[in-house]
Amino acid sequence: MALTLAEKVWRDHLVRSADGEPDLLYIDLHLLHEVTSAQAFDGLRLAGRRVRRPDLTIATEDHNTPTIDIDKPIADLVSRAQIDALRNNAAEFGIRLHSLGDADQGIVHVVGPQLGLTQPGMTVVCGDSHTSTHGAFGALAFGIGTSEVEHVMATQTLPLKKFKTMAITVNGKLKPGVTSKDIILAVIAKIGTGGGQGYVLEYRGEAIRTLSMEGRMTVCNMSIEAGARAGMIAPDETTFEYLKSRPHAPQGADWDAAVAYWSTLQSDPEAKFDAEVILNADELAPFVTWGTNPGQGLPLTANVPNPNEYSDPEERNAASRALEYMGLTAGTPLRDIKIDTVFLGSCTNGRIEDLRASAEILKGKKIAPTLRMLVVPGSAKVRLQAEAEGLDKVFLDAGAEWRQAGCSMCLGMNPDQLAVGERSASTSNRNFEGRQGKGGRTHLVSPLVAAATALRGTLSSPADLDSAKVGA
Amino acid sequence: MEKFISHTGTGVPLRRSNVDTDQIIPAVWLKKITRNGFEEGLFSAWRQDPEFVLNKPEFAHGTVLVAGADFGTGSSREHAVWALQNYGFRAVISSRFADIFRGNSLKGGLLTVVLPQSDVEAIWAAVESDPSTEITVDLEARQVRYATTTVGFEIDDYTRWRLMEGLDDIGLTLRHVDAIDDFEKARPAYKPATLPAKV
Ligand code: SF4
Repeated sequence: MALTLAEKVWRDHLVRSADGEPDLLYIDLHLLHEVTSAQAFDGLRLAGRRVRRPDLTIATEDHNTPTIDIDKPIADLVSRAQIDALRNNAAEFGIRLHSLGDADQGIVHVVGPQLGLTQPGMTVVCGDSHTSTHGAFGALAFGIGTSEVEHVMATQTLPLKKFKTMAITVNGKLKPGVTSKDIILAVIAKIGTGGGQGYVLEYRGEAIRTLSMEGRMTVCNMSIEAGARAGMIAPDETTFEYLKSRPHAPQGADWDAAVAYWSTLQSDPEAKFDAEVILNADELAPFVTWGTNPGQGLPLTANVPNPNEYSDPEERNAASRALEYMGLTAGTPLRDIKIDTVFLGSCTNGRIEDLRASAEILKGKKIAPTLRMLVVPGSAKVRLQAEAEGLDKVFLDAGAEWRQAGCSMCLGMNPDQLAVGERSASTSNRNFEGRQGKGGRTHLVSPLVAAATALRGTLSSPADLDSAKVGA
Repeated sequence: MEKFISHTGTGVPLRRSNVDTDQIIPAVWLKKITRNGFEEGLFSAWRQDPEFVLNKPEFAHGTVLVAGADFGTGSSREHAVWALQNYGFRAVISSRFADIFRGNSLKGGLLTVVLPQSDVEAIWAAVESDPSTEITVDLEARQVRYATTTVGFEIDDYTRWRLMEGLDDIGLTLRHVDAIDDFEKARPAYKPATLPAKV
């Protein structure tokens, strides 16, 4: 029978299947972080259970770790308690942990791929909805709740109901200045925040094929913002090349066996998807969000929409609430929106390529005096790599802040938060009310738009930069 | 887990769609390492507004939340379920739930009921005109009943059985530990392991 990529990975992890019950799937890799694991470890302890496969489990500290003064004890006592709980739990249950200050610490979704632990055809889970990131390798990767974290720790499996599959084909080539972030923001605007609900998305087509692994991770990362638990891209030479020299990549004969299997991981030509969406890359432009859910986005050249133009009453309602929260007036050109803070980082756009792309634009220039820019590498390794390439100097010389790795302002659990009414252009993935700090207003953007915005002070794309007027 | 067979209580109309888990429980509340005490964080930003539905005395004791479409989007945090339960909610009704939230709620014994938007609107109208309207969410009969209205809802047999028995998933899975052992024996050698650590 012809199968899609997702169905093949499902088939290859089926431990048990019975009529009227969910399938039991084996989990190849379980990623942990401090926020969603404490209660799960507690559950194990109460029931007298062990972690079945510590050797398929890895933990990092990322969500509420500070990005400055990391050699000092964490000032926020509650954050510190949560980090301490993870450290104690990891020690007690024999789990590998990359703590703050460790060279492999970082955002869980940056660390897994970087170590070569995320590989094609695997099942990967984590108590974090952006686990979909790992789908860029052709893995079936999705976020789970804390009860499921406990379940995976105890059994290395999960009972799951079959997903439906949706093909998202992006034909053609991206124009210069348009990135993988713009692809995914356009996809979400098109299918809506609930459009992917119940589906595994498979991204395909020429524009996806030509993306780097970093770009593919950005696309898969935000599948959840379209309501889908997972997004996948079939592995190819780009994938193998990325993996080859990674610490945990298979070696020797294992590598050959792995590549032989990985090469079978494509949707069969006759495979049927339950739904299909097609986009043309050459029609895409730099995209930004104007509202309070990631589906409320438009090309940067557009104006803030008028809620009255929505025929659906729910949407109209949501749009006017969003404008009120965001402090925006319908009809304002998006390009005129003044920004207070630019955040470059997160598991969506905190990888080395994102920092390079942004630095390229900032090089030799100064950010607008009216704003601050925070650059937070996705992992300690990314930070080191950036420093080796001199990117830290570029950011610092431009007037930006160069921080330690972590989730930081993506969710504002640590001190990196927006103040009430403060407006950000952020390369992260969620523009929900208060996501980056109570009362904060978020516009989601690509790293290129982030850099151009930092220079001009209002939402801008690189094409808006007129070298005569910028910098000094 | 507490068994869920049927629950009767008053409703709280939450006329908002796309209620994400960052609204249900903002991230600053996620630092606790226990499963209780999250009620204070429930909708904490919105609760600062005196007009917010939970601040209205007539809705203060509701146990059935009736929400707009796409409830529970965003972060996977199960704290959202705990916050609703800690506050006293036993069931949430909406026309559409985000997948992870739905999974979390049904695992934790918070019954999430999907009804067509028109039924949700009808319940809103009923509880707004009379906040003391009792709503029965009957899992056994797969029905929501209020005033003189009865509407059926769908839920698969397996999940219904698990909730009605109050069974925990881990215990159920461990009945099949042999199948897990067998699967592990056949796993290919090239699959990566986190231990020993390589850097
Ligand atoms: S960077 Fe943001 S989205 Fe990614 S794991 Fe951290 S908090 Fe979640």
